[in-house]
Amino acid sequence: MVSETVVELSRWQFALTAMYHFLFVPLTLGLSFMLAIMESVYVMTGKQIYKDMTRFWGKLFGINFALGVTTGLTMEFQFGTNWAYYSHYVGDIFGAPLAIEGLMAFFLESTFIGLFFFGWDRLTRVQHLGVTWLVAIGSNFSALWILIANGWMQNPVGAYFNFETMRMEMDSFAEVLLNPVAQVKFVHTVSAGYVTGAMFVLSISALYLLRKRDVAFARRSFAIASAFGLASILSVILLGDESGYEIGEVQQVKLAAIEAEWETHPAPASFTVVGLPNQEEQVTDYAVRIPWVLGLIATRSLDEEITGIKDLIAMNEVRIRSGMKAYDLLQLLRNGNDTPANREAFSAVSDDLGYGLLLTRFTPNVSDATEEQIKKAARDTIPQVAPIFWTFRIMVAAGGIMLFTFATAFYYTARRREYKTRWLLKLAVLCLPLPWVGVETGWFIAEFGRQPWAIGEILPTYVATSTLSETDLWLSIAGFAALYTFFLCIEVFLMVKYIRKGPSSLETGRYHHEKLGETQHV
Amino acid sequence: MFDYETLRLVWWLLVGVLLIGFAIADGFDLGVAMLLPLLGKNDTERRVIINTIGPHWDGNQVWLITAGGAIFAAWPLVYATAFSGFYWAMLLVLFALFFRPVGFEYRSKMPSARWRNNWDLGICLGSFVPALVFGVAFGNLFQGVPFSFDDLTRSTYTGSFWALLNPFAIVCGLVSVVMLVQHGAVWLQMRAGGAIQQRSQSVAALSGVLLSALLLIAGIWLYTAIPGFSISSDVIGDASSNPLNKTVVQSANWFGNFAQYPLLWCLPLAAVVLPLLTSILARAQRSGFAFVSSALGIAVIILLAGVTMFPFVMPSSTDMASSLTLWDATSSKLTLEIMLWVALFFVPIILIYTTWCYVKMWRRVEPEFIEQNNISNY
Repeated sequence: MVSETVVELSRWQFALTAMYHFLFVPLTLGLSFMLAIMESVYVMTGKQIYKDMTRFWGKLFGINFALGVTTGLTMEFQFGTNWAYYSHYVGDIFGAPLAIEGLMAFFLESTFIGLFFFGWDRLTRVQHLGVTWLVAIGSNFSALWILIANGWMQNPVGAYFNFETMRMEMDSFAEVLLNPVAQVKFVHTVSAGYVTGAMFVLSISALYLLRKRDVAFARRSFAIASAFGLASILSVILLGDESGYEIGEVQQVKLAAIEAEWETHPAPASFTVVGLPNQEEQVTDYAVRIPWVLGLIATRSLDEEITGIKDLIAMNEVRIRSGMKAYDLLQLLRNGNDTPANREAFSAVSDDLGYGLLLTRFTPNVSDATEEQIKKAARDTIPQVAPIFWTFRIMVAAGGIMLFTFATAFYYTARRREYKTRWLLKLAVLCLPLPWVGVETGWFIAEFGRQPWAIGEILPTYVATSTLSETDLWLSIAGFAALYTFFLCIEVFLMVKYIRKGPSSLETGRYHHEKLGETQHV
Repeated sequence: MFDYETLRLVWWLLVGVLLIGFAIADGFDLGVAMLLPLLGKNDTERRVIINTIGPHWDGNQVWLITAGGAIFAAWPLVYATAFSGFYWAMLLVLFALFFRPVGFEYRSKMPSARWRNNWDLGICLGSFVPALVFGVAFGNLFQGVPFSFDDLTRSTYTGSFWALLNPFAIVCGLVSVVMLVQHGAVWLQMRAGGAIQQRSQSVAALSGVLLSALLLIAGIWLYTAIPGFSISSDVIGDASSNPLNKTVVQSANWFGNFAQYPLLWCLPLAAVVLPLLTSILARAQRSGFAFVSSALGIAVIILLAGVTMFPFVMPSSTDMASSLTLWDATSSKLTLEIMLWVALFFVPIILIYTTWCYVKMWRRVEPEFIEQNNISNY
């Protein structure tokens, strides 16, 4: 077995590379649609300024996109390099959406992105508009397949364990595709991407308006961003609530951790607004609770209970014992005792095999685990509550503030007063980091909240890694950290430089730094 | 629709198609990027070089990503074992590839010469290293890779990174580098204007001779000094994927398939002749035909490697029974079937719109064009 440290370091490396990757992805998702909208307005109205908008925001899009591609490369290969046992164990199901993502989405996005940048004088207006839409659609399809893959990690449907190949195999592709968790996650996540794109444009436009430069350009950008952003943030929040419902159905542990619900209370459950979760004592100190609300969110009813952590641990202990039987029978089957009776006995308990594997962390010999080891493994089925509890609240707060900002921006834009409402412009500028706070905390909750599982209730993270040494991992983490940080610094440097230049960077002679004065049609 | 055995065979071909697609499509822009500092004497010339691949490198690179995804989906054991075993080689490829998207996109965003020269170096090395490592990886597959499976099918790799860099593997690495350099040079001859066109013609002509020579050396080496593998138990094409259910023995060399089907000898012959043909066509300034010939050469070389090892995909040198073959390292029948339909549906669509993009962007990139369109080009 691999050492605890290798597992820890593998997780750190995955978290590092995935979180870096997701600094760039949501902006690509959101900006690509905003570009498509701006260019549509250009093609419909024929007004040059909308073409300039598409090209300027497109420049910033390109600076961001390069790093999205760069950090995305790692994601495609890292399952194999660092999570080899995972790749073997679930590749039969998990590999398919990744491959389809390449064929259906990534090819589309990447082939047409070249034409988006270089095709302005080679394509008709309508052709170029089509290209821009295809980039946007491609990037969104990409997100769809990745979230189908991730949704399956959270809620592995449509698959069974095959003892002959020692892995999970697909028995229904339709179930994998229509996995309710994947559907909800997809809409929640791409909407968060749209919010990121909208906030990016809103904040930078607000900056120009505060400095009273390129006003016509900035006002139009601000208007599109506020409308698109408001629609998107509403969708994020609505679908986030839908996620809460889905989680309540299939990931009770995660829900209980988000809410720090130690005990099962009589329905309807109350919602803990804040408090200090204490994992040792299994209580939440200083909790402030609102009655009924959690029950409504998670069960859509007033009479269903939400199972608390203590009861979940007890339930999981039962499944661990059943998993030990499954593990024994698996050994029998693989060691040549492939009798119908053994097969039948195994298939009765094979759903709990993953719980049996949880014990490998505490004993080399699962069959002879002691009572104490079983208890430990059962407690270990609950992730650390406090980090999940807090990041969830940070995510929700970020969403709330952005809702307020987009709503007021939309309101003032509709009344044509946004460009002189300085507090609003300042607020918009200050909100710039919030989408990233929201998406990174969101992914943290989704992935950290899934622990101790790599594939929910099927494959423990502990057994999912490659057989690597600690030195390998220390060095590779250092390599990723150094390169990614280096690239990120350059990216931010270029972003700032081009944001300062503004649309003047197009060198059309029409904008602020080119000293030809403002365009007059404000 | 298809039985399991046929599906497995078809997927061996399809993975080959994706690898060939990658080597042809991304291959020329890797080659072009390797030639960047060599052929571009000043900034404008270098921008000419980069802008011949400007609209296309990104789409081309997806062949690599898709090949990775397809291997994950169709050959999960190969994906798991090869990528984790070749850990440092894979990371080296990744770290190198990072410099391409960033380099292409950022190099012309600042006027400073130092800034641009550094990125050019990054782009060049970022293309050279993957080309070399992929060849080295193939070279090691022929020699067998030190890995074995335990009773839960967890693979353990016992070699080191440095052991990968043995002389035969380095010759294979050079084959890969020179092959892509020639491909890139032919592309430049076809698409770049000014002095670049002339210089790339010489590189294309010269590298063809070098490539044929390297292929001959690698072939003779393989024939005389490297033992092959063969399956000694019955091959059951529709058995479940468990590599440990077979036995494998060493054979005199890897040319058993050629002894059995002598017609296969056409492949090594074509592999050696096509680079020379490309050289001649490049010299004759028929760059379009030269590009086709070079693409064909790449396809033949990769096919040759696959056919030679057939049915092995990743032989093991430490526990021969753990060797992965196309019969026992695949996904389930259902997954192979679904992925086959997906591939049959999407690959033609991809080829159609990719072709449209090339047609739309087809022009010779002249130095004047770069200077006049300073902002809208890389």
